Amino acid sequence: MEGPEKTTALAPELLSRENGDDSVEYMSRGKLIWRRFWRHRLARLGLPVLFALYMMAIFSDFVAPYRPDSRLKGFKDAPPSVIHFGVGENRFQPYVYARKRSFHPKTFREIYTEEEDKKYPIHFFVRGETYEILGLFKLDLHLFGVDEGANITLFGTDSVSRDLFSRTVIGALVSLFVGLGGVAISFIFGCLIGGISGYLGGIVDEVIQRIIDLLIAIPTLPLWMVLSAAIPRQWPVAHTYFAITIVLSIVGWTGLARVVRGKLLSLRDLDFVVASRLAGGSDLYIITRHLLPNFASHLIVTLTLAIPGMILGETALSFIGIGMQEPGVSWGVLLQDTMNFGALVHQPWKLIPGVFIIVTILMFNFVGDGLRDAADPYSL
Amino acid sequence: MNAQPILKVEGLKKYFPVEKGFLRRVVGQVKAVDDVSLEIAPGETLGLVGESGSGKTTVGRCILRALKPTQGSIQFQIAEDRTVDMAQLSDRELRVVRPQANMIFQDPFYSLDPRWTILDIVGEPLKLANLAKGKELEDRVAYLMEVVGLEAKHLRRYPHAFSGGQRQRIGVARALATNPRLIVADEPVSALDVSTQAQILNLLQDLQREFGLSYLFIAHDLSVVEHISDRVAVMYVGKIVEVAKRDQLFFFPKHPYTEALLSAVPTPDPDVEKERIILPGEIANPANPPSGCYFHPRCRYAEAICRDEEPVLREVSPGQWTSCHFAEELSLAGAPQGTN
Repeated sequence: MEGPEKTTALAPELLSRENGDDSVEYMSRGKLIWRRFWRHRLARLGLPVLFALYMMAIFSDFVAPYRPDSRLKGFKDAPPSVIHFGVGENRFQPYVYARKRSFHPKTFREIYTEEEDKKYPIHFFVRGETYEILGLFKLDLHLFGVDEGANITLFGTDSVSRDLFSRTVIGALVSLFVGLGGVAISFIFGCLIGGISGYLGGIVDEVIQRIIDLLIAIPTLPLWMVLSAAIPRQWPVAHTYFAITIVLSIVGWTGLARVVRGKLLSLRDLDFVVASRLAGGSDLYIITRHLLPNFASHLIVTLTLAIPGMILGETALSFIGIGMQEPGVSWGVLLQDTMNFGALVHQPWKLIPGVFIIVTILMFNFVGDGLRDAADPYSL
Repeated sequence: MNAQPILKVEGLKKYFPVEKGFLRRVVGQVKAVDDVSLEIAPGETLGLVGESGSGKTTVGRCILRALKPTQGSIQFQIAEDRTVDMAQLSDRELRVVRPQANMIFQDPFYSLDPRWTILDIVGEPLKLANLAKGKELEDRVAYLMEVVGLEAKHLRRYPHAFSGGQRQRIGVARALATNPRLIVADEPVSALDVSTQAQILNLLQDLQREFGLSYLFIAHDLSVVEHISDRVAVMYVGKIVEVAKRDQLFFFPKHPYTEALLSAVPTPDPDVEKERIILPGEIANPANPPSGCYFHPRCRYAEAICRDEEPVLREVSPGQWTSCHFAEELSLAGAPQGTN
């Protein structure tokens, strides 16, 4: 009754490729996880999008046609450039028109009109403003740009004539990596404190849990505000950035510690752990060989789902003006421009960084969901 | 019992402290196992039966020292001429003794680490006891797989590829790995469906014959125990209320609780008329047990003395020990005769 046919039917995940003799090939754990993950359609969308976003952030200086602080003289609050196609023989050559500024006779608001006789083709891999890579060497290569005399502002410009596309791309660096940094710090604290709490139990566990309760009970925004108020204003951008990461993870580790503790407690009394103890396994052996492998996947999922919270936290702090400060650029800083109602009505392109935030958060959640489904190919 | 028992448990107690408040003050004790004594002869199967919450699993775990008993002695004969008290051994000493006893678990899903291959799972006791490694280990595990009726070629599979019955066979293989003398089977079939139950029970019986194993077979219903046990002990709220040879207990129960359990055993013959005894209420709380006989609030034969005086376990007929004030007077209904 329990012959090989039955077991084969019971294991849909194994490759039913028989190699002559009776050895059957099995998919490795990694392959199984990947397969399950890939079956999650939204996660399949999320992963490449996130990859693209992070690549964009890493190579932001190259992707952005302008420096984040350089001003396009005379182009305050300009709308996004319209891209046309077809210059001369080449029907696919994109170009933009030079734009001329005039003022509305009554409101004195800027009006930009395209000068249809001045075509400026968009060139790729052009020389432009110089930037530094890791402060080591200088480079002036940009992904795209137009010749002197016109400009290309894909997302329009802000109130001081800076290109919003360049700023969004470069701001991604801060906004996207604050999540990773914050989660990394939370991870260390969470695992350590949660592990101690779950493993030692008793009074230690009780005390740690009440401290976590306390931290969770404090509304996050005021707590963040208090902590960021302690960051000196004159600090360089990099320092501020690091400080904010720490501020975010001070709240972030609590959730993770709970997960680690709960998982440790629930696994500790499972029968296979008892079996291992009966076989003579020591505590350390059981933790490293049985417990950790069994909740590593849960940790990864929890971490992935914690990143959006961090990103949103940074955005919120920067938006209300106590996170990243000018001249630092992050998506939250960019959104400060939308605080005034007139901007929303007349320059809606200033909300584009917000779209990036939403997309990023959504994609992280999709990937996290996919990972959660895939994390346990041998789950019970 | 003619031969010297392989396991002799005397006065075993396991109390779990009830902690309360921030400082974890101990406000009470759950007497999960309260003064249990039992014996198992070599090659014998002792069935241990009781409702959930009666402490039978705790007894099993104390014997194997998955739990540290509060009190009592557990004399375990680890070799022909050597007996140790499991209750007193230190962790280091236990490591030496562990290969001589192992456990089969109730739930075949939680008892196998989903991250480990069958080879690792079944080989773990061998590896930890330094009994085998490498090729030797693999051969031994392959042999064990065949012993329990699985194919040796599945060694590198993970538990998820197996059915419940197959997983339980793997659990049996692991329990056998170090060639133990005693196996505590903690409800090994209650999570399986009926057809698989019979297979596993037969397997356990075959293995007992082949390897001369002794079993402590824990179950919550008597019908399972009937097939495999030589003797049966019935537990209620941490105490053994009746212990006897299987047939004696099944056909001539002397304790009202045994009678009630027996009445719950389904009879395959529809013509046999049988009164089903439905016990009122629930099993007593071991943290706050009733006075006198723990069973009196649910017992339909209870009288005044039952409330005031705790009965002692005494030999009411040869080989049959019962703790009931009226064990001699009551004539209780046993299992319908001639049905098996």
